[in-house]
Amino acid sequence: MEYFIQQLINGLTLGSIYGLVAIGYTMVYGIIGMINFAHGDIFMLGGFAALVVFLIATSFFAGIPVALLLLLMLLVGMLMTGLWNWTIERVAYRPLRGSFRLAPLITAIGMSIVLSNFIQVTQGPRNKPIPPMVTDVFHIGGITVSLKQVLIVIITAVLLFAFWYIVNKTPLGRAQRATEQDRKMAALLGVDVDRTISITFIMGAALAAVAGAMYLMYYGVASFNDGFIPGVKAFTAAVLGGIGSLPGAVLGGLLIGLIESLWSAYFSIAYKDVATFAILAFVLIFKPTGILGRPEVEKV
Amino acid sequence: MAAESLLKVESVETYYGNIRALAGVDIEVNKGEIVSLIGANGAGKSTLMMTICGSPQARTGSIIFDGEDITKLPTHLIARRRIAQSPEGRRIFPRMTVYENLQMGAGLDNLKYFSEDVEKIFTLFPRLKERQSQRGGTLSGGEQQMLSIGRALMARPKLLLLDEPSLGLAPLIVKGIFEAIKKLNQEEGLTVFLVEQNAFAALKLSDRGYVMVNGKVTMSGSGKELLANPEVRAAYLEGGRH
Repeated sequence: MEYFIQQLINGLTLGSIYGLVAIGYTMVYGIIGMINFAHGDIFMLGGFAALVVFLIATSFFAGIPVALLLLLMLLVGMLMTGLWNWTIERVAYRPLRGSFRLAPLITAIGMSIVLSNFIQVTQGPRNKPIPPMVTDVFHIGGITVSLKQVLIVIITAVLLFAFWYIVNKTPLGRAQRATEQDRKMAALLGVDVDRTISITFIMGAALAAVAGAMYLMYYGVASFNDGFIPGVKAFTAAVLGGIGSLPGAVLGGLLIGLIESLWSAYFSIAYKDVATFAILAFVLIFKPTGILGRPEVEKV
Repeated sequence: MAAESLLKVESVETYYGNIRALAGVDIEVNKGEIVSLIGANGAGKSTLMMTICGSPQARTGSIIFDGEDITKLPTHLIARRRIAQSPEGRRIFPRMTVYENLQMGAGLDNLKYFSEDVEKIFTLFPRLKERQSQRGGTLSGGEQQMLSIGRALMARPKLLLLDEPSLGLAPLIVKGIFEAIKKLNQEEGLTVFLVEQNAFAALKLSDRGYVMVNGKVTMSGSGKELLANPEVRAAYLEGGRH
């Protein structure tokens, strides 16, 4: 039982990270109907931005408090990746809007390759380790909870609330939802559609950056390859939850995290990725709209 | 009173790909007027409405609004100059509540007047008040039409464009909507340009009217003149309601 709860906690932590990345997939899909396959690499870039901040800060200001360091890593990461994703949308996706459906998908895969190769060339192909930042652990009965797990879950919860608030309660969020539902009508009501789409990319990237920084903190390594497997898992989470649905992305992320850690714990750790992607296949076959996704038909 | 021009459309041509939908249209709407545009299906009425809003943009010709050339402006900037449209098909945001749809109508500039304006809309269309927290997609056709007009009014428009406000609605509701338009025009001096298939009701309501055939304006005159015109009667009124 204790072992099970321990795995639940691990799964929840991992799931939070997937959920944050999945939101970026699902938002972009919602607003322009494309899968941004470069989003996983945006997550990876967020990790590297955090890594660079960590290295600079710890070598120049040796005694920097961990909380401040973490905050800096998150903020700089959000800023950098926001800028990256904004640029990608501007140069690679916007010119292709209104083109055939496959075109932006192909450039997205192209951007994904560009980003991971760029990091491979500039940062080197080897895993980049950092020393553990947050080492405290709590023992509750036979269960071990580390402070970094608590931090990850809390930061995720706070961000999700902020994000939920923006999307549902602010004029910006309304403009985003309006653009998603009827772009032409949104423009007729004075919404700057291009700007709204840009902001959506920036918001998605900011969440992915936080996820990237937390992934770095949790595992202590960053690799140019991180955009791929974790990125595709987050995509699986978005599909499982129902692509286009924000609560679905979070739910899907948590489920994928849980499935992955429970599978590793009770079956075989070597096959955990197979388990995750088998789920992707099953969802696509039996319930393509996902758990919380809505069917395309809508009474208007 | 000297008529002051609010909207001036001059020899506008609009294309969908290579197909010419508007073949040189001239139309003028003065401040405080209700002007209607009638014509058969596919004559280009809705295209003209959308061209005024820059979606699609006119390929040739010019559109002057309140002394400014808006022909090449992007749609959202035209909207921010306070041209509000209740478009063909109503285009309610289906997964937003009635209240949120109205908030969208107010844009950013008019959110400060929101509570005042929304009360006005709810007085005009009490049904919307009952339904305010319901999703737009669940409303009936008539309710969606009210919402579409209400949403356009939330922009505090200088010019209100109405595309077929009577389409698919019960006669009693149509009457209510036309009365509401008349009232807004008389009490607040709202300028209205409307497209209608229901030519009789539209011309009766309007100060002036235009008749459109195959992307061209073929006739114009006061509402009364057009109602009495034998050609208009034969093409658009006979067999209809009298």
